[in-house]
Amino acid sequence: MNKSKWSEKQESTWKTKVGLAEMLKGGVIMDVVTPEHAKIAEDAGAAAVMALERVPADIRVAGGVARMSDPEMIIGIQKAVSIPVMAKCRIGHFVEAQILEALGVDFIDESEVLTPADDRFHVNKRNFKVPFVCGCRDLGEALRRIGEGAAMIRTKGEAGTGDVIEAVRHMRTLQDDMRRIKNLPIEELMTVAKEMGAPYELILEVAETGKLPVPNFSAGGVATPADAALMMHLGAESVFVGSGIFKSGDPVKRAQAIVQAVTFYNDPAKLAEISKNLGEPMTGIGMSQLKESDKLAGRGW
Amino acid sequence: MQGAFQKHLDMVKKIGAEGVEIRTSDDLDSIDGLIIPGGESTVIAKLLIKNDIMNPILERVKSGMGIFGTCAGMILLAKKAEESDQPLLNLMNITVKRNAYGRQQESFEASFKVKNFDEPFAGIFIRSPKITEFSKEVEILAEFEGVPILAKEGKLLACSFHPELTGDTRIHQLFLEMI
Repeated sequence: MNKSKWSEKQESTWKTKVGLAEMLKGGVIMDVVTPEHAKIAEDAGAAAVMALERVPADIRVAGGVARMSDPEMIIGIQKAVSIPVMAKCRIGHFVEAQILEALGVDFIDESEVLTPADDRFHVNKRNFKVPFVCGCRDLGEALRRIGEGAAMIRTKGEAGTGDVIEAVRHMRTLQDDMRRIKNLPIEELMTVAKEMGAPYELILEVAETGKLPVPNFSAGGVATPADAALMMHLGAESVFVGSGIFKSGDPVKRAQAIVQAVTFYNDPAKLAEISKNLGEPMTGIGMSQLKESDKLAGRGW
Repeated sequence: MQGAFQKHLDMVKKIGAEGVEIRTSDDLDSIDGLIIPGGESTVIAKLLIKNDIMNPILERVKSGMGIFGTCAGMILLAKKAEESDQPLLNLMNITVKRNAYGRQQESFEASFKVKNFDEPFAGIFIRSPKITEFSKEVEILAEFEGVPILAKEGKLLACSFHPELTGDTRIHQLFLEMI
């Protein structure tokens, strides 16, 4: 086999980590805060659940420091469902990550939604058997996280707002960055790596393949089936939905509809059918009303 | 519909066959063989039922369509899934147990012998199901640690692991020859 690409030089656990991310493609990963929510999400067709103490919209309201969830709650959710269970640790908090690994979670999200524990460094994700997903706003950030060992990337969006504009911006930026480097002559790529703050070998791989070496999902602000379908069109391979489901008027219907929308994102007639009578979406906060200091996406280095 | 379908399509292309994504029952009309990918079997089953594809698949099987199920796809092919009440296609005389190899941290890569293959096959197991029982109509083509992991019955092929995540196309080739 051609071993010139960065991703082909990784050890075998890398394959099982990225493999699980592959299995989640075309699916929806839902934020849940109780075993009952987790069951509703599973029954609605979630491909995985994210176990959290509070959904991002409530984290915004509560303020203060947002940390890893109580292990008891995570265990309750693991018992309630058969689909993969993910959980969040704070950026750079490798002990929270170790605890989540000891609990046997299937994926760890080193997430900007929680209050960062380190203002310069992320967790060395290669030291873990459990795979990690991390957020990004552009290609440089995505490749830094993959270089640290992340097996899945999600564009950040702005969690807990119900406003999809940031998710769109981050996905478009990432895709534009990839299209751009694919067309650059090789002698320009080292400078691009320097400017983007990305590992050179990964820049070379993306320039060759035109895509990330791990699955690329979308997060942060998806509130409707149409939002989910929009992100799929823009290049997401799956969608994370946080507050959008359990902060809406009818979580069961909305969850089912978003699952359907990810499958039929390319079929407007079907989407029209899916989007009918879902009750109230989450109220949300428009990005223009959000203070700069309240934005979460800027967390991550 | 959901899962590693793109990886399977890449493999199908590699062995010189033509692949299409199946999302509605109309998509079934043009195909000779169906691959049900790894993913979450509960999700795939729900999508099959909600979008009325379950019965059309069963009808196509009656008229000779083959099915290759990997991981979640194998669960759907089975007649019975232990400790689970999820809907199944109920086609193959095997009983399976979901996530029997454990959670993600127990996922692994392993090499094993496959009947009629000269070289061993390196399979990737991710939260994989196990075949716990099978009847005599079923031919076991590979085992790992004494447990069957690749099984064939008529035009149906099922495996616990993920051949689509490797660079090795031999099992896809085998399915192509079956249909």
